[in-house]
Amino acid sequence: MTTATAQRQLPVVMAINEALRQLMQEDPNVFLAGEDVALYGSVFGFSRGLLDEFGPERVVDTPISEAALVGLGVGAAATGLRPIIDIMFMDFMGVAMDQLVNQAAKMRYMFGGKARLPLTIHTMAGAGLNLAAQHSQSLEAWFCHVPGLKVVMASGPYEAKGLLIAAVHDDSPVIVVNNKALLGLAGHVPEEMYEIPLGQAAVVRPGTNFTIIATGRMVQESLAAAEKLLEHGIDAEVIDPRSLVPLDTATLVESVRKTHRALVVHEAVRFAGFGAEIAAQLQEAAFDYLDAPIGRVGAPFSPVPFSPALEAHYVPNADRIAGEVLRLLGRSG
Amino acid sequence: MTPSPETLLDLHRRMLRIRLFEEEAGRLSEAGRIPGALHLYVGEEAVAAGVAAHLGQGDQVTSTHRGHGHLVAVGGDFRRMFAELFGRATGYCRGKGGSMHIADMDLGMLGANGIVGGGPPIAVGAAFSNKYRKTQNVTACFFGDGASNEGSFHEAANMAGLYRLPLIFVCENNGFGEFTRQDRHQAIRDIADRAAGYGFPGVVVDGMDVIAVYEAAGEAIARARRGEGPTLLECKTYRFYDHVGVRGMGVVYRSDDEVRAWRERDPITLLERRLAELGILDAPGAAAVRDQIQAEVREAVAFAEASPFPDPATLTEDVYAS
Repeated sequence: MTTATAQRQLPVVMAINEALRQLMQEDPNVFLAGEDVALYGSVFGFSRGLLDEFGPERVVDTPISEAALVGLGVGAAATGLRPIIDIMFMDFMGVAMDQLVNQAAKMRYMFGGKARLPLTIHTMAGAGLNLAAQHSQSLEAWFCHVPGLKVVMASGPYEAKGLLIAAVHDDSPVIVVNNKALLGLAGHVPEEMYEIPLGQAAVVRPGTNFTIIATGRMVQESLAAAEKLLEHGIDAEVIDPRSLVPLDTATLVESVRKTHRALVVHEAVRFAGFGAEIAAQLQEAAFDYLDAPIGRVGAPFSPVPFSPALEAHYVPNADRIAGEVLRLLGRSG
Repeated sequence: MTPSPETLLDLHRRMLRIRLFEEEAGRLSEAGRIPGALHLYVGEEAVAAGVAAHLGQGDQVTSTHRGHGHLVAVGGDFRRMFAELFGRATGYCRGKGGSMHIADMDLGMLGANGIVGGGPPIAVGAAFSNKYRKTQNVTACFFGDGASNEGSFHEAANMAGLYRLPLIFVCENNGFGEFTRQDRHQAIRDIADRAAGYGFPGVVVDGMDVIAVYEAAGEAIARARRGEGPTLLECKTYRFYDHVGVRGMGVVYRSDDEVRAWRERDPITLLERRLAELGILDAPGAAAVRDQIQAEVREAVAFAEASPFPDPATLTEDVYAS
């Protein structure tokens, strides 16, 4: 791996930017619409330069109207375009819920398979930036519960680019969740276009005697936890599902059959979170292989607090993940 | 200026097709032969017919829960429509949509919609797409007085005005949001007034007079095709049947006198009177058209009832594109 491409490092924000640019270069039917995505280049900076390159017909600033914005995507997708709709903060999905859940998700089914909805909804989730309760949530479980939507979560720059490209190429509505606390995280990103197939988990760190399944930003925290656990003689395998719907259950089950223990980690509220679905599927498929209950780490059952002193206790981190692994093994952290 | 005889006959035929389809659907529903809930369009035919007469290949329509009329008006196939209402595999949606989600993507009919106010944002997307693809196509967005109170309508109207989209908002003001009379659900009388807030014209038209609707819609659609942006066309109309079904649940929320007064202005009777005056179509001629459509209705119902129910194996098909 000595080529320039292999060594190239990009932060998440630029990986998103590159994916958007390449997608728009590739297909004239792809356009980007959202609040402040054009002239301002998005409040997170991921669409900078796109207006200059593609013009205002294809990089569209919209009013702050999330319902009409998602509807713009639904109607455009149903009539042959391939829209990328940006919902600035995932919390704002609440305003557009009818268009997402009753319209986009169901149109194909309700019409007997005759509608095609190649619609991508891109959004930013995640806490940790002191943005408080309405700009910090991880609401992916809401959408995983709605048949007709696909849901993916990026854990780093490679995933941010490959998942976005796969989502836009897909002919069904896909919600692409990035994490705002990861935007500056740099890593290897190939320059050419590539897809991360939806429904294919990645073994991010191979290990032998414990499985940690983590989504989004928690993949990074789980990798750090795995390093700490080495001191305790635990060689944890870390798996990133990448796509929650469809879910690659087989890769998760295979790992648990090998390690006999599992912990599911997400930033979202633990109660009724997506981790519960993973834990349930693992016990259905691998009960006889389990040596301990499947653990779950997630946020407490509370809105995201503002004060840094409180928020630090809200978002799960490597210490909490490692501590939970040790607890499940009957050892003290 | 009166439209040409051909246009008047076309409008008559479109309205009559809706009426006879809906009367039969109502009978079948009351007899318990069609499952679920039907929201019937009887009384409002002039609106769909007057607008649809201007639409053609590549144009789109977004509809409402009271959507059969819109599909019939743009040329919907009776057989597949009845089959869908009966929940059969040969229906428009293979039995997965039913009355409230009936759609024909090939005709640009982007679906009836079970959510009040669900259509306007989608219409914005379709109209945006027409403009993006540099076509001359337009989108007609039907919605009711009830939907004009939904935030989604206001977001959509603002966006359509801002981008000067080729879109006409057609408000079917039938005086009731479900069972709540207009003066109990909004403080204004003319919903067309709301257009001013979004920078495009609002026009009030007699929704029982198909010629008036046809002319006003023609102007609005021509304007949209010229790239001059949306129009809100408010058609004052009335629901002859109940909100759901024909007689509904029998709760009194309007008087028989009121219904009678509106029925005096039945849009089909009004047009037939005009056609006779103009010497275009006499009573026997109108009866012949009626008989021909009625035969088509009967044949379509027979087709639907003879059609198979969907195979349970198809239940989870088409949740996603394959």
